[in-house]
Amino acid sequence: MVENRRWIDILTHVVLIVGIAIVALPIWITFVAASHDAVRMTQAPLPLLPGGHFWENFTATLFGSGLSGTEIAPVWRMLLNSLAMALMIAVGKIAISIISAFAIVYFRFPFRMGFFWLIFITLMLPVEVRILPTFEVVADLGMLNSYVGLSLPLIASATATFMFRQVFLTIPDELLESARVDGAGPLRFFWDILVPLSRTNIAALFVILFIYGWNQYLWPLLITTDTSMTTIVISIKQMLEAAEQTPQWNIIMMTALLAMLPPIVVVITMQKLFVKGLTETEK
Amino acid sequence: MASITLENLTKSYGDTEVLHHVHGQIEDGEFIVVVGPSGCGKSTLLRMIAGLETITGGQVHIGDRVVNDLEPAQRDIAMVFQNYALYPHMTVRENMAYGLKIRKFSKAEIEARVREAAEILEIGDYLDRKPRQLSGGQRQRVAMGRAIVRHPKVFLFDEPLSNLDAKLRVQMRLEIRKLQKRLGVTSIYVTHDQVEAMTLGDRLMVLNKGYVEQFGSPIELYSRPASVFVAGFIGSPAMNFLPAHAEGGRLTLENGAVIASTTAASGPVTLGIRPEHLVADSQGPIRLAVDVLEQLGANTLVHGVLAGTRTDLTASLEGVRDIPGGQELAFSAPPEALHVFDRATGQRVGD
Ligand SMILES: Nc1ncnc2c1ncn2[C@@H]1O[C@H](COP(=O)(O)OP(=O)(O)OP(=O)(O)O)[C@@H](O)[C@H]1O
Ligand SMILES: [Mg+2]
Repeated sequence: MVENRRWIDILTHVVLIVGIAIVALPIWITFVAASHDAVRMTQAPLPLLPGGHFWENFTATLFGSGLSGTEIAPVWRMLLNSLAMALMIAVGKIAISIISAFAIVYFRFPFRMGFFWLIFITLMLPVEVRILPTFEVVADLGMLNSYVGLSLPLIASATATFMFRQVFLTIPDELLESARVDGAGPLRFFWDILVPLSRTNIAALFVILFIYGWNQYLWPLLITTDTSMTTIVISIKQMLEAAEQTPQWNIIMMTALLAMLPPIVVVITMQKLFVKGLTETEK
Repeated sequence: MASITLENLTKSYGDTEVLHHVHGQIEDGEFIVVVGPSGCGKSTLLRMIAGLETITGGQVHIGDRVVNDLEPAQRDIAMVFQNYALYPHMTVRENMAYGLKIRKFSKAEIEARVREAAEILEIGDYLDRKPRQLSGGQRQRVAMGRAIVRHPKVFLFDEPLSNLDAKLRVQMRLEIRKLQKRLGVTSIYVTHDQVEAMTLGDRLMVLNKGYVEQFGSPIELYSRPASVFVAGFIGSPAMNFLPAHAEGGRLTLENGAVIASTTAASGPVTLGIRPEHLVADSQGPIRLAVDVLEQLGANTLVHGVLAGTRTDLTASLEGVRDIPGGQELAFSAPPEALHVFDRATGQRVGD
């Protein structure tokens, strides 16, 4: 826009600031609540400025046994569980779908389109729909309360397969042909050409899938009965309902803050690649 | 180094045959240009030789091996693609080294070969750049470099210059020619540009709708085209074609004019005469009703019709001329400049 009038400038800024305020307010409140002691948090009105107990709460939450009077695992343990689950889901989904897309795009085999549609149909079967049979299978395989059980059923991904398929379709055929003339077999072509060329797309998917994995609620809730396997997202809810006490808001909010951290770190470190992966079309 | 033999090659996609019984013997070190209009099957033929396209029928020999069932990498060929097909994420050096790396050459050997190729092609300065940081011409050189480092038995080129501007194309054409002479590697080069074909090839294979129309040296194709198609395709400006009736060596044109020739053909024929072979001659039998002029500086192209007919006729006159439209010019043509083709089949007849 070449519009250069002053009041438009002011207006756009006002709109933006209001927008940011709306998004940031809950996070601010979380932060403020995490920096007061338990007593202050039960008094009205709620504080709007940070208090002086931030580090105290921080160490108590992260390394203490979390909420006093409950047998919830320490928060660092739950962060670790969440991290393991989110990483396994993200890496697993990417690995599986890039390989299936490779097979579907570059190999001629019987029922190729059949498999393609089969994968497509799984789009209509998210975890929530198939949760009972999936639970049954995972239980029968003895994978309850394990990282594999947490992540494996969530790994198959039609969406990511499609995305890689689209990416591969934009890679010119001549590249495959010149790799063949150079003597590269299918696996070399995959590792040396396809994977590097899909780098930005892999990064973008990683960010999305990591957050997807991190935010999983229903499935982990179902299959983890052992408190040492609980994920952080679940534990926040459990803390709220912790038996017969007023919620300890300072600890809960600190946990929420900690739970927000890893996704933020992932987004910030991969931001550049992420944007490239979603916008770049030229190969 | 190797000779190549194409034996009765055919290619079908489903029920449509796109190449029909292609024969050809290519000698060691020869530069062959496959030329023809778009869609005639040039790329298909080249890709069958490369091993990128399955062979429906017939055989391809490279050296003394039948290569029909070999992978491209086993055929000892290198190919240069129209859009270069450089690996975008590798530097120029890595692009050239990739094939050697797969073949497990030693580091020192790879470095030596890349250096040698870079020197020949004068791309030493950009070895550490990525392809997207290069101009079209430079990418073209890298693509050639990638072919050279392998020291293959055969070079295959699929319209490698068609993405370059006209001036660069002429320059690269010359360089490719020199390079091929210097390395002495048997080469097959596909193009639809007849000038490129004439200047590059030791011999030209003219393809039309999947048939080989003629396979011979540029001069042979120019002076004794085997069919109306070749005659019209080779040479610029294009040959004139006049319907005529042949009898006893005399050719009678539509407008009744009679041209003396040595042809043994009789019946309805197509007479071909190149514009540059029409000789201005006030007593000549071929009368041209002038329509427009094209001034090329060194010569002038006179476009018009054969007097009294609607058949196009073009003559090429030396120097700058100024001839008003509507005027009639008379020409004659020496018997050796007359090409007689069967009217129905388009094949050369009568000599
Ligand atoms: N995969 C395919 N399936 C069906 N027909 C094909 C296929 N590939 C090529 N053809 C047909 O084969 C014929 C020859 O194609 P080819 O690419 O060899 O032409 P070409 O001479 O290289 O043309 P151009 O100068 O435009 O590159 C064309 O008529 C084309 O339609
Ligand atoms: Mg082609």
